[in-house]
Order: sequence, then C-alpha cells, then structure tokens
Amino acid sequence: MNAQTNTVSESRFESQAIADSRTRPTRPFYWSVRRELWENRSIYIAPLATAAFIILAALLGSVHSTGLIVAHNGEPPHQLPVAQQLNIIGLIVMGITFIVAIFYSLDAFYGERRDRTILFWKSLPVSDITATLAKASIPMVVIPILTFVITVITQWVVLAIAAASLAAHGQPIGHVPLLQMQVGLLYHLIAVHSLWYAPIFAWFLLVSAFAPKVPILWAVLPPVFIEILEKLAFHTSYFSHFLRYRFGGAPSGMDGQSMDISAAHLSDMAPIHFLLSPGLWSGLALAAIFLAAAVQLRRYRSQN
Amino acid sequence: MIPIEAHQLRKTYKSTVALDGIDLHIEQGRIVGLIGPNGAGKTTALNALLGLTSYQGSLRVLGLDPWTQREQLMREVCFIADVAVLPRWMRVTQALDFVEGVHPRFDRAKAEAFLARTSIQPHSKVRQLSKGMVAQLHLALVMAIDAKLLVLDEPTLGLDILYRKQFYDSLLNDYFDHHRTIIITTHQVDEIQNILTDVLFIDRGKIVFNSSMENFEARYAEVAVIPDKLAEARALKPLNERPGFGRSILLFQDIDRDRLATLGEVRTTSIADLFVALLGNRTTIREEVAA
Repeated sequence: MNAQTNTVSESRFESQAIADSRTRPTRPFYWSVRRELWENRSIYIAPLATAAFIILAALLGSVHSTGLIVAHNGEPPHQLPVAQQLNIIGLIVMGITFIVAIFYSLDAFYGERRDRTILFWKSLPVSDITATLAKASIPMVVIPILTFVITVITQWVVLAIAAASLAAHGQPIGHVPLLQMQVGLLYHLIAVHSLWYAPIFAWFLLVSAFAPKVPILWAVLPPVFIEILEKLAFHTSYFSHFLRYRFGGAPSGMDGQSMDISAAHLSDMAPIHFLLSPGLWSGLALAAIFLAAAVQLRRYRSQN
Repeated sequence: MIPIEAHQLRKTYKSTVALDGIDLHIEQGRIVGLIGPNGAGKTTALNALLGLTSYQGSLRVLGLDPWTQREQLMREVCFIADVAVLPRWMRVTQALDFVEGVHPRFDRAKAEAFLARTSIQPHSKVRQLSKGMVAQLHLALVMAIDAKLLVLDEPTLGLDILYRKQFYDSLLNDYFDHHRTIIITTHQVDEIQNILTDVLFIDRGKIVFNSSMENFEARYAEVAVIPDKLAEARALKPLNERPGFGRSILLFQDIDRDRLATLGEVRTTSIADLFVALLGNRTTIREEVAA
C-alpha cells in the first residue's frame, strides 16, 4: 500500500465519520417489541398472576393435608399425581397465554387506528414491515418464551412445596421426570404455539389490520359463514375439518394425548416427522401471506 | 436539496377529488402556512408529503419519493399530525426511550432540557397530562430531532392561547434555523402570521394563492377609508369591502401606499382577511378562517 491510497482511504473514513456523527445506531425492531409490551401488560401479567395463583393453591393444599399434591385422601401417593399436577400447571399457563395471544393479535393493528396513535408511530422511522414483524413476534415468539419460563419456574416451586409437604408426612416424592417434561413443554411450545399456530395468529393480526370495527366478529364470522355455505352448497365439511386440523395441534407426535403424562417421554417427540409434514409448511406460507397483507393494509389504512 | 417539489400532484378518492393538480416548490429555510377551509385538501396534501397516502403526479420531498422511500424520509422529516395522538398509556420516559431507540437523529438531552422547563413530570403517563402538556411533550420530542423538514397539521388545535403562544415561541426561538423548513396548517392564521415567511391558500384541491410574506405585505394593504373618500377609493377596485368601527375597510392589491394614505388610515392586511376577500364567495369560509 503506498502513501497516496492511504491518504485517500483515510480521508474517506474521516468524511464517513463526520456524516455518522450526527446519527446514532438504532434498534427499531427491539424497541417496537418493547413498546408492545409496555402497552399490553397483560402479556406478562396474566401468566404471572396465574402462576402466583397456582403457587398459592399449592401452598394452601400442602397445609391442608397436602390436598393439592396428594389427590386421594389417605391413599399413599404414587408417582403419577405429582407429575400430573405439574403437567396440568403447564396446560393452565398455556391456555391463559393462548387466550392472551389471540386477544393481543386482534387488537394489535386495530387499537393504533382506533386511538389514532398510528399517526405518532408513523411519524418515526420505523417501517411498516418492522412494526408488523414486531407485532407478529409477540404471539409467535415472546408469549411462548414467557409461557415456558413462567411454567418452568412455577413447576419448580410447586415441586419444592410438594416435596417438603410429602417429606413432612414421611412419604417419598417418587420419580418426577421434570426435566423431560420441561423439554417436552419447550418442544410443544415451539412446534405448536410458534409454528403450527402461526397462521392462526397471522389471521387474527390480518383481521386487526383490516377490520373497520369489532375485529373479533371479522375474525370469527367469515370462517363460520364459509362452513355453513359449504355445508349448504356441497353438503361437505372440508373447511371445518381443515380448521379443526389446524386448531387441534400439530402432527408433532405431541397432539391428542400429548399433555398427558406420556408426553413426558422424549420419544414421543418426532421433530423430523413434524418438519416433513406439509401442514407445517403450508401453514407457515399462509402466515407469511397474511402478514404481508397486514403490512400493506397498515401502509394504506393509516388514515381513518 | 429542495425540501418540497411537486408537479401536478393529484389524489382522488372514490367520488371526490382531494388534490387537483398541485404544483409546489418550497425552498429551505422557509416557514410556510398552508391555509384553507376544511375539506380543501390540506391534510391530503400533507399526507402525500409524508408518505401516508399514495398519489398521482410527481412529488419529491428532500429528494425522496415519500410513498416508496418513506422509512428513509422519516429520518429527515418530523411531523405532528394532530394534538393528542401520543399514546395515552405511555410514560414520558418511555416516549423518550422509544424515540431515542428508533430515531438516529434524536438528542435526548435536548428533549429533557426542554421538558425541564415545563411542569411535566418524567414519570407521568400521557393520560395524566393536560392537552397543553401533551402538546408540549410532543413538541419536545420533535424539537430534539435534527430534522430538515417539520410538518405541523393543526398542532395547537384545542389548546388555550397561552399554550399556543408558547408553542410557536419555542418553535421559532429554540428550533427554527435556516437549514430547516416548516409547514404549518392551522385555523388560527392570525396568530402565526408574524412567524410565516410564505403563505399558500388551498381550495378545492388547488393552490389558489402563493406568496412570500414580504411580497404579501408589499402588495396588499387595507385602508379604513374616510367617509368622503369612499367613492374615490371604490374607483380603485378594492378586492373587498367590509364595515369596521364606523368606517368601511377596503382591501387593495398593488396600489401605491402614498396614494392609499390619502384615502384614510393604511393598515397591514391580515392573511385571514385576504383569504376571505379571495375566497369569500363561499359562505363557510369566513367562519373557518376567522375561527
């Protein structure tokens, strides 16, 4: 490298530095997700409250002759009840956060149009794509992660309570495959809640971006109409079958009895089978189409 | 770089024409008042500038196409679309955090310094602030952004006179310099007349009047005509005549000041009066502009 090129490149860096000195790096996606959490505190308050309630119930139960944990009064506890109780905790938290995710999605775009804050959000350099992806990440990524963390902590606490309570009665807690259960839960959340349900959340987000009023009706009525129309016109019910197939969980090896105790066995997970299922990929493609439409709607419908 | 350059800008909704071929050229360092009755196309025009609506015709804002290069444009342009669009659940600190997190040209210290001069508490939520304080907060956010173009659409609607005055004082003293350009729409035209450098009248989707304030003040004058001279004054073809304090007030265009001084007391014309004179055949306008 000779002296001349050196000077040139240096002066270029210098001018670059001057141009950059007025701007700071930004993280629009990160802050867009955070602002969704600021606005929609129920995303974490609902599962936390549920967890607190479960822990409280476990404490009260352990005081009252370990009622919650040892289900059958007088009978000696065997392995299943404790593990089953822990599994039910996962189901309850998941059920709550699924409802939260649906209601969040329904309001995500509708709310900002209703209160006209979209005019504020759009006055900042955050693209419609970034804003939409941030909103989609709440039901598809943030809520599953929160669900996992809160469930795991709750399960540990309840297990500790159960162990203490059983020990006080001089009974062994037996074998609880907690780690297996939690890996199973994580797999279920990723496979079903993030990936398999993605088109469901994307549909609710799309409706939220589209609906002039009462998004919940726009989300629910069209599928119902299609079902009725199909029944009347063709005497078939492919569409309702299709919906049940989607809502019923994934062909992940975790459906049906998945949340039963047998699900705790890692062998029940079939990631290869799941990844190869056309239902997964067609669902994700549908989700991508819905989200792309939501981006366009947010772009065009910012007024009124 | 020319802040705004538009040729034959058109926007039609289903049955109505919102913008009917607008040509616009706004230079750097100007404060432009966009004046017009409701439904004249003001907000549509601003929305087109801000990439909030699609349009036909050619439009360049800071050299960018606002509809296709919106994200880039928003780094250089700020706007206050209306009072009270700040999220009501947001805390003042969250608003600062968010804008700092997404805007590369936001200077948080500047916004905090401005807020320190108000009675706004950092941990208040927007819903706890009065309407005037929300406007102050929004102004603090916007003024701390080093933008080249600031668009204000009715920024002081519903605020009392003290807040309105403060708002424009801050804008002029703490923000404006000759590298920036500001566009304002408001119904309270007379309050901003002294800060404008240019004025545009828009009516039924068209620019019907476009003038710098220097030119405006040189060309237009109002005279409270002495009763004896009324016939003589009317012979000079005033744009408008209205009664005022027992005398007729006539609005003249391009008449020599010395000549006018012989007819009565010469006054500066208000933008609102000229607007009424030019577009007063529409009965609604007088209320709109005078409001």
